[in-house]
Amino acid sequence: MSRYAWAPGYTDDGDRPKIVTSRFQYEDGYTLDRYLATGGYVGLRAALGRTPSEVHDEVKSATVLGRGGAGFPAGTKWGLTPQGVWPRYLVVNGDESEPGTYKDRLLMERDPHQLIEGCLIASYAAGLSQVFLYIRGEMALAQERVAAALNEAYAAGYIGKNILGTNFSIDIVLHWGAGAYVVGEETALIESLEGNRGMPRLKPPFFPAAIGLYGKPTIVNNVETLSNLPWLLTNGAAAYTAIGTETSPGTRIIAVSGHVKRPGVYEIINGSTTFRDVIYGEEFCQGIRDGHELKAFIPGGGSAPWFLPDQLDLPFEAKMVGPAGSMLGSGAIMVMDETTDIPAMALTLVRFYAHESCGKCVPCREGGTWLMRIMERVVAGRGTQRDLDQMLEIGQSITPGQYPHAASERLGLAAAPFPFRMTTICFVGPSAYNAVDSSLTLFPDEFQAKLMKRTSIPVTAVGADS
Amino acid sequence: MTDISPAEEVEAPPVDPNEVRLTINGHEVVSTKGEMVIAAAARAGDYIPHFCYHPRLEPVGMCRMCMVDIDGGRGPMLQPACMVPVSPGMKVDTGSPATKRAQEGIIELLLANHPLDCPVCDKGGECPLQDQSFSHGPGESRYVEEKRHYEKPIAISDIVFLDRERCILCDRCTRFADEVAGDALIQFNSRGNNTHITTFPDEPFASYFSGNTVQICPVGALTAKPYRFKARPWDLAQQESTCTTCAVGCRTVVQSSHDELLRYMGVDSDPVNHGWLCDRGRFNFESVKSADRLLQPLVRQADGFQPATWSAALAEAASLILEAKAAGGPKSIAVIGGARGTNEDAFAWSRLGHEVIGTPNVYSQMGDGLPADLLLLDRATIDQAASATTIVLLAPDLKEELPILYLRLREAAEKKRSRIIEFAPKQSGLTRNAWRHFAYEPGTQVAAVEKALADPEIAAQFAKGSVVVVAGRGNLAETSTATVRAIRTVLAANPGSRILPAFRRGNVVGALQVGMRTADGGLDTRAALQAAADGKIECLVLVGADPLTDFPDTDLARRALAGARRIVAVDTFLTPSALLANVVLAASAYAEKSGTTTNIEGRVTTVAQQVNPAGNTRADWMIAAELALDLGGDFAYETIDDVTADIAWHVAGHEAITPEALATAKDGIIAGLLPAMAQAKLLEAVIPERNSYDFRLVVSRTMYDQATGTANSPSLAHLATQTMVHLHPLDLGKVGTTEGATVKMSSTRATIVLNVVADPAVLRGTAWVPFNHSGANVGDLIDCTAAVNDVRIENL
Ligand SMILES: Cc1cc2nc3c(=O)[nH]c(=O)nc-3n(C[C@H](O)[C@H](O)[C@H](O)COP(=O)(O)O)c2cc1C
Ligand code: SF4
Ligand code: SF4
Ligand code: SF4
Ligand code: FES
Repeated sequence: MSRYAWAPGYTDDGDRPKIVTSRFQYEDGYTLDRYLATGGYVGLRAALGRTPSEVHDEVKSATVLGRGGAGFPAGTKWGLTPQGVWPRYLVVNGDESEPGTYKDRLLMERDPHQLIEGCLIASYAAGLSQVFLYIRGEMALAQERVAAALNEAYAAGYIGKNILGTNFSIDIVLHWGAGAYVVGEETALIESLEGNRGMPRLKPPFFPAAIGLYGKPTIVNNVETLSNLPWLLTNGAAAYTAIGTETSPGTRIIAVSGHVKRPGVYEIINGSTTFRDVIYGEEFCQGIRDGHELKAFIPGGGSAPWFLPDQLDLPFEAKMVGPAGSMLGSGAIMVMDETTDIPAMALTLVRFYAHESCGKCVPCREGGTWLMRIMERVVAGRGTQRDLDQMLEIGQSITPGQYPHAASERLGLAAAPFPFRMTTICFVGPSAYNAVDSSLTLFPDEFQAKLMKRTSIPVTAVGADS
Repeated sequence: MTDISPAEEVEAPPVDPNEVRLTINGHEVVSTKGEMVIAAAARAGDYIPHFCYHPRLEPVGMCRMCMVDIDGGRGPMLQPACMVPVSPGMKVDTGSPATKRAQEGIIELLLANHPLDCPVCDKGGECPLQDQSFSHGPGESRYVEEKRHYEKPIAISDIVFLDRERCILCDRCTRFADEVAGDALIQFNSRGNNTHITTFPDEPFASYFSGNTVQICPVGALTAKPYRFKARPWDLAQQESTCTTCAVGCRTVVQSSHDELLRYMGVDSDPVNHGWLCDRGRFNFESVKSADRLLQPLVRQADGFQPATWSAALAEAASLILEAKAAGGPKSIAVIGGARGTNEDAFAWSRLGHEVIGTPNVYSQMGDGLPADLLLLDRATIDQAASATTIVLLAPDLKEELPILYLRLREAAEKKRSRIIEFAPKQSGLTRNAWRHFAYEPGTQVAAVEKALADPEIAAQFAKGSVVVVAGRGNLAETSTATVRAIRTVLAANPGSRILPAFRRGNVVGALQVGMRTADGGLDTRAALQAAADGKIECLVLVGADPLTDFPDTDLARRALAGARRIVAVDTFLTPSALLANVVLAASAYAEKSGTTTNIEGRVTTVAQQVNPAGNTRADWMIAAELALDLGGDFAYETIDDVTADIAWHVAGHEAITPEALATAKDGIIAGLLPAMAQAKLLEAVIPERNSYDFRLVVSRTMYDQATGTANSPSLAHLATQTMVHLHPLDLGKVGTTEGATVKMSSTRATIVLNVVADPAVLRGTAWVPFNHSGANVGDLIDCTAAVNDVRIENL
């Protein structure tokens, strides 16, 4: 499917502006030579020619939304660290493991120098003293490429002491994770980096920006977030905000999987591109596979409430997707056509989250597995109405109150907006319930159809008049 | 009211900048900055259910049971009360519908995989999970799936059993082991629904403090061997008391059923033990009910010991003392001991010695402490030590000898409140927490201290704030001279610093304080034993003292017991020394008698009688009082309170410590300092050159040894190792030996045969041997008058 065999999963037609995937077209995009030949480290030079606060302001004015899931503007986050505390760290979140998401992997495999340059710019602007690059355990190629790129960059004087002859010095440490979804959560990632079990910390009281790695101020940024910075510094904030919308400037890359003709990774214009554009657009997925039609899709990774064809015309804009009952999350779209067995799909997701629970808090540790057990029974055709009710009850113990869901014309259902309340420490617990809630709310009939059929025994009511 | 006259206007008291006012369930609560909502609510009488929260551990927020509606200004939100600090104007609702639903949800989820073996679970009846299921649970479980299964229970140490099915993964035991005890030997393993507590392969949970995890486990997942299946909580009778196993004086609850001691639990005394107990103190109750206890008085006849009635035995003891007095005068009688009982025991025996017998030779230390005049110095409390800017250790290994003091000082270092400067002949439990560790070869401590004091960085550290010197005997194979001089050197360099005596035996400070100390010209224990060996002692009275086991110089002890013409012993067991006595008076043990005890700080607390005295035994103070009658004295004591009141009346520093005052003093009362006394004469310290073939001997105690309390508690006894000699790994070559090999170790006194352990904690050129372990007796090698003892080690 992809014209770029060396970037499997990446598909590019049309000439939309490209901020982070411009080098995916080169087979050797990951080398320093290619990087330098295509404008590499120009952004860094531009940044080092200005004061850190000027660079910080430039990034702030471009409103680079975090691409890790929460969508918090990077420039604002950098400003939250307390002044005068030393050392202070940048931690790069390359643990990408949200179901359906595989864009950071490509960024690390295809353009590691862009990420490194982004790290340097961020550290310079936010006054950070060391970078830790945390790459998910399973991503062997990404780890290899980033390691090689780091060596090249060190050798060429882009990292280390007195970078490019200035008095800016910094080290980048590469760390390979051991494979746990929850370690993508920033505080669990910090724990893991410190050598502890990958379990989230509670926030509040302390956010990493104030008390993070080794108790020091720490900025955690996503790979894609940082990969935006070289282009931004090369071309300026004005050029950046000229792309996309006012509230969602620039581009973002999304990973599409499921029943579309051309699944893959696409760099889209942020804020204005709609789900319909992506799923049906000629330069994107080109529609549902032949002879089939869209049944539902998940707009922001496995943790996001599901959407129906009703929501296809929503754009990639958090301010619109949230009220519609879901989230953009990690930028992964999972597409289901009418052949999809909805309870089975839900079970797959529940099983993932139950398996990935770190076990720290009770609602997720116990509730996730309980949901999975019930769902297994239901999918196997041995469920009862009580089981369905019980799953909603467990949901109340994990996410009390209204859980968000999409509107459905077919069901006469109005949307329940984000956010929701939760009893857990992090979002893994709610995510385990998420698929249950979406599937049960949007496709109640499919569950009814699977319930155990009791052969009814004729009962003569005692005392009833005969 | 609008017209308050100026006169009525009261000046508002200054507002404490750390004060925080918030509303809990509609009423205003005054709290302090940093306090967690759950603690503020508890103080205000609003109970918030919880499992993982423990006031003495760092919060983790794992169980989610404490979620309540907290409105910090942005509307009520369910938040964990154990993790959210109070803030001004905060509104907390601990009973909102959302809170109730969340609590029911958590209980249902916790019970999902809980086996519900309450009927056969030791925790049933005192189980927080059981209690909270009743008070805050949904009332029924809808869980119909197969529960998690694990082999149950598994032994994670010699004492503690773990039932992983019951475990609710609250992280309390693991946090305790890691944060408080510093023995991170239990951990979570696996992930998510399969998370379980485990030990590392081949590494049991061998912590001196493991019993605390059993106490704080909120379910019956952790149980301790000595109590397993012994009783149900509702059958237990209990009283608050104080542990007298060592001189930290941890507060305990002593529990029994049907007149049998079954369990000790730690009580959270803020100035002392924070709720913790060491395993030795917690589990040695087994020795009280040991079948080997001495149950009636014994009188030596021509054919050996014969059981005697109390009147016969007391009459025999009295006549021995009178004979001795007649033969050599009162000064030919020496009374040794008294540090194992209560203040009342010690006071009655000191009166018997000083007043009735009229001898100045009364002493309660066993040649293993420091001169009593140390107690004249400004004494620090444990709190003062644990918050001092600088803690100087010139003491034995506190982890081995005063375990809970070790925890308190470790916490001070871990929390970066204090810096520890340690001078020791061998690395100790606190060495890894020490800011500076100075290893000294025995005898050279003054030089080590002087060298440290000359270091500007250390001088600057001392100048920063308060200094507490923890002072004790780090090595039994040298006289106390060098240590005392080193302590005085530190004190002289830092006027205003305080002393915390690291004396070990349960009530040694109390015994010294109430009178078990020499009068003018009296003989201390070493001198008394020397006199006995020289044939100058007509009667030796051993009050819970066993020189053959406790006195570092076994040869002297042996010669003394042989040389003393008459011996009267008072003890709970027939100890090696008691075996040589003419009369043995059977004493009641801990928990069989009440009274008071004094810890290293001088804190006097109560000791409770919880069970009847074993057999025909009597409390030491009663024995003294009755013996006094036979000797023509009358103390007029009828109850224990009479004795306590008499101490308050007669003993300087104890004026305020009356039975009435003690009844309401939750954390006891600190006694005043000892009245002035002459400084003890130190033995001359000539340190001989060490021959390069020799090793300088270091001898000290470990937690588990042959002490009666340990050796007679089956759960602990097997934890004591054989006597072995520990050498620095690089010194093995010097002897031409290897780890585990058997060697011959000789001093000028004797030769013993024992095995070698390679131990990097030992200083090169020294040999460390634990005292009072089974097998070879290192006491045979020690000359207690020698400034240092050197030994030669040869391969066998
Ligand atoms: C359960 C969970 C998993 C997450 N996984 C990832 C991840 O794989 N990659 C990532 O960048 N952020 C992940 N996040 C978000 C991070 O916590 C954090 O918000 C992000 O790395 C911040 O970077 P950004 O501001 O650049 O987006 C996850 C969050 C949660 C709660
Ligand atoms: S919600 Fe799940 S993954 Fe997150 S902290 Fe709790 S147990 Fe761990
Ligand atoms: S064993 Fe007990 S204390 Fe330890 S985690 Fe389990 S329930 Fe908590
Ligand atoms: S530290 Fe001492 S007083 Fe405390 S429990 Fe242990 S033996 Fe008893
Ligand atoms: S007590 Fe607060 S989460 Fe467990």
